[in-house]
Amino acid sequence: VQEKEELIEEWQPEPLAPPVPKDHPALNYNIVTGPPTHIITVNGKECVNFASFNFLGLLDNEKVKSAAQASLKKYGVGTCGPRGFYGTFDVHLELEERLAKFMRTEEAIIYSYGFATIASAIPAYSKRGDIVFVDEAACFAIQKGLQASRSNIKLFKHNDMADLEQLLKEQETEDQKNPRKARVTRRFIVVEGLYMNTGDICPLPELIKLKYKYKVRIFLEESLSFGVLGEHGRGITEHFGINIDDIDLISANMENSLASIGGFCCGRSFIIDHQRLSGQGYCFSASLPPLLAAAAIEALNIMEDNPDIFQTLRAKCEHIHKALQGVSGLKVVGECFSPALHLQLEESSGSREDDVKLLKRVVDYCMNSGIALTQARYLEKEEKCLPPPSIRVVITVEQTEQELDKAASLLKEAAQSVLN
Amino acid sequence: VHNGGLYKRPFNEAFEETPMLVAVLTYVGYGVLTLFGYLRDFMRQWKIEKCQNATEREEQKDFVPLYQDFENFYNRNLYMRIRDSWNRPICSVPGAKVDMMERVSHDYNWTFTYTGRVIKDIINMGSYNYLGFAQKAGTCQEAAAKVLSQYGAGVCSTRQEMGNLDKHEELEKLVARFLGVESAMAYGMGGSELKGIIRLAVKHNLLNIFLFPLLIQGCLILSDELNHASLVLGARLSGATIRIFKHNNMQSLEKLLKDAIVHGQPRTRRPWKKILILVEGIYSMEGSIVRLPEVIALKKKYKSYLYLDEAHSIGALGPSGRGVVDYFGLSPEDVDVMMGTFTKSFGAAGGYIGGKKELIDYLRTYSHSAVYATSLSPPVVEQIITSMKCIMGEDGTAVGKARVQQLAENTRYFRRRLKEMGFIIYGNEDSPVVPLMLYMPAKIGAFGREMLKRNIGVVVVGFPATPIIESRARFCLSAAHTREMLDTV
Repeated sequence: VQEKEELIEEWQPEPLAPPVPKDHPALNYNIVTGPPTHIITVNGKECVNFASFNFLGLLDNEKVKSAAQASLKKYGVGTCGPRGFYGTFDVHLELEERLAKFMRTEEAIIYSYGFATIASAIPAYSKRGDIVFVDEAACFAIQKGLQASRSNIKLFKHNDMADLEQLLKEQETEDQKNPRKARVTRRFIVVEGLYMNTGDICPLPELIKLKYKYKVRIFLEESLSFGVLGEHGRGITEHFGINIDDIDLISANMENSLASIGGFCCGRSFIIDHQRLSGQGYCFSASLPPLLAAAAIEALNIMEDNPDIFQTLRAKCEHIHKALQGVSGLKVVGECFSPALHLQLEESSGSREDDVKLLKRVVDYCMNSGIALTQARYLEKEEKCLPPPSIRVVITVEQTEQELDKAASLLKEAAQSVLN
Repeated sequence: VHNGGLYKRPFNEAFEETPMLVAVLTYVGYGVLTLFGYLRDFMRQWKIEKCQNATEREEQKDFVPLYQDFENFYNRNLYMRIRDSWNRPICSVPGAKVDMMERVSHDYNWTFTYTGRVIKDIINMGSYNYLGFAQKAGTCQEAAAKVLSQYGAGVCSTRQEMGNLDKHEELEKLVARFLGVESAMAYGMGGSELKGIIRLAVKHNLLNIFLFPLLIQGCLILSDELNHASLVLGARLSGATIRIFKHNNMQSLEKLLKDAIVHGQPRTRRPWKKILILVEGIYSMEGSIVRLPEVIALKKKYKSYLYLDEAHSIGALGPSGRGVVDYFGLSPEDVDVMMGTFTKSFGAAGGYIGGKKELIDYLRTYSHSAVYATSLSPPVVEQIITSMKCIMGEDGTAVGKARVQQLAENTRYFRRRLKEMGFIIYGNEDSPVVPLMLYMPAKIGAFGREMLKRNIGVVVVGFPATPIIESRARFCLSAAHTREMLDTV
């Protein structure tokens, strides 16, 4: 007993969290005073906003705000409960119906937080022992969902269909060795419509072919492509003209084009209904505040009434994509119609920290001259395939041609002065 | 009560044993339901009874089935029968009285149709509205409306990129002051940051992660038996070892702590790097309050860290509404990590973590939500700020204090009356969460429906949220309930 007492006395634990150096780039946040809309005041300076994902400019829209105000007067702010216990409001039901109708699927389900949407949807279907084929450039929320599901993850090279087919063939040969196990192992492919980390789109028609050939289900994450691609903004399925029933589950968050908070999943009732009992983020979290749901409904109304804003947005993206081609030292990463581009260093200096510092100087130069930009942030040690450091450029429908040109020329200047 | 000297006021908790007869009858009840379930499945397979499930697409019939049959057994046969007790849609503020949309089902709960009528003024005993801040008029709502027209509804960016508004900074300073800690950080969602914080706290040796994988398992988490699902999930994902101690049982906890330090890690015998004790302020299914003074004494003696999840207790306990630490009159500096949500007592959405500055700085840099998730919506932030100021009394009125006192009175009154009527109530006398035991599966649905007929909305819970024979109805008291409402109930 004496010994035990001594051991208890001597034992020293480590500190709960290690101290973070004061000049760590991620510690000092930019402070935005006032609304993060088209003209944004960052750290006291007024700039044109090229950093918030407000693609359709709905953050500042008067109709959206007044719909949210009306809902605030009727319901107050919070819902005080999860969906199962008096947290389901008629606005939630209406929003789910409207989303399902807009996307032309049977049913939709809403989550109160965008990050949690795909991170709860994947583990609801894919459990330990199932196999998931994921693109390397998948965003962090997908990675968390996969980790929570405990399934076997197989990464395939970004947008490389040959690599994916190779993996699928290997899986097939495995199956033939053990047919009983193969009959109960579910298989999924998880891809994004428009990748956040690289700005390009996935080759959906080929994926559909692979789906039927190897009998895998497809989960599509459309956070960036919802409200951007397609004639009416329905996303990548409309862009390619694919029957939406071919995709098993579409998940998107409402925080980009719809300028609200939260996320949704849509698809056939057979698939979506399962999440109502087994989606972690749905059952155990408070439901979406009604004013945000009302804002989303009004945003959907606007999207349906003005289908030409998508074309305008795409034109602007192409404009700036061309204008940024000549910047020395930085290369443009992303499709020409993608509203979220990355600018990466053409030649890396070798260390990530130095690259980050260089890019920060470019960003600061632009901010001082009236264009607000930001670096793309990642958790360096937790990402499976860490993208190189880059500056994120976001195009919204509210930016005028002059502003786009100004941004492009400023970036050229900044790159010249900092990188040469 | 051992260590009774640490308590400043009587700590009365009671969990009556389930009477034997009731337990047996409950098992019999479930057995009968299961038999019926098999019978109906059998009939559905042979097409004697119509199959109402949504089914797989024709083109995909030869894919591996998405759901296992057995997983859905419970869903189809037991849950479907009483499905109308949950997901009840409402169409007004979730205050003390609420309006509910009426719905009927013509095919035994497989589908619902809304009749279009609205049932008005149902006494709401189910929403987590402890201090009554869910209201459609008043200072909080006006402030939120102003912020909404100024800032808009969404934010469209993450905290580390362009989403850190001045409102967020204001909120975090206020939360830190309210709790009495050095610093705080606010998040958009209640459940997800739990996973984040636990992972970070135990896994910070990330530099060595590729060299010495054993180091990940160098941390120990001691978690209470009845911790909420999201806490357990977060703890599992962190990769540390988890040991469970009996609910609120300090001897069990002490034994685990002693063993851990003396024996070290299971195979290598090396000492643990850190020990983290995981408890909740009020356990939502039991209605019990954690024995905080004893836990803190143990923590100090064995030099471990304490993580307190105050999802239900913040705002609801304590003479000034500052949660379970205030209730026991202890110092908030003794708790290393205080986590809570804004959904329950403050009538908004989101959560916070409070603690020492190094911890919060670490979270600002490395937590998942700060880097990848959108920040809190501005009107929601304003609601939290106004309601918190009200509770602290900083807005100049005594409304906050009055609400906290009203809640405490309501709690004591309600519990006393129910006990007098002979029901079995679980939990601590001062906890505003009141579980009333039902036990039998048949009673779950019946209780819910009968109460609705009398215009009272309650929450009933059964398996899998509670042990199979201990289903219960749960009342959530609120400062907005008046004595007449409680009498009616």
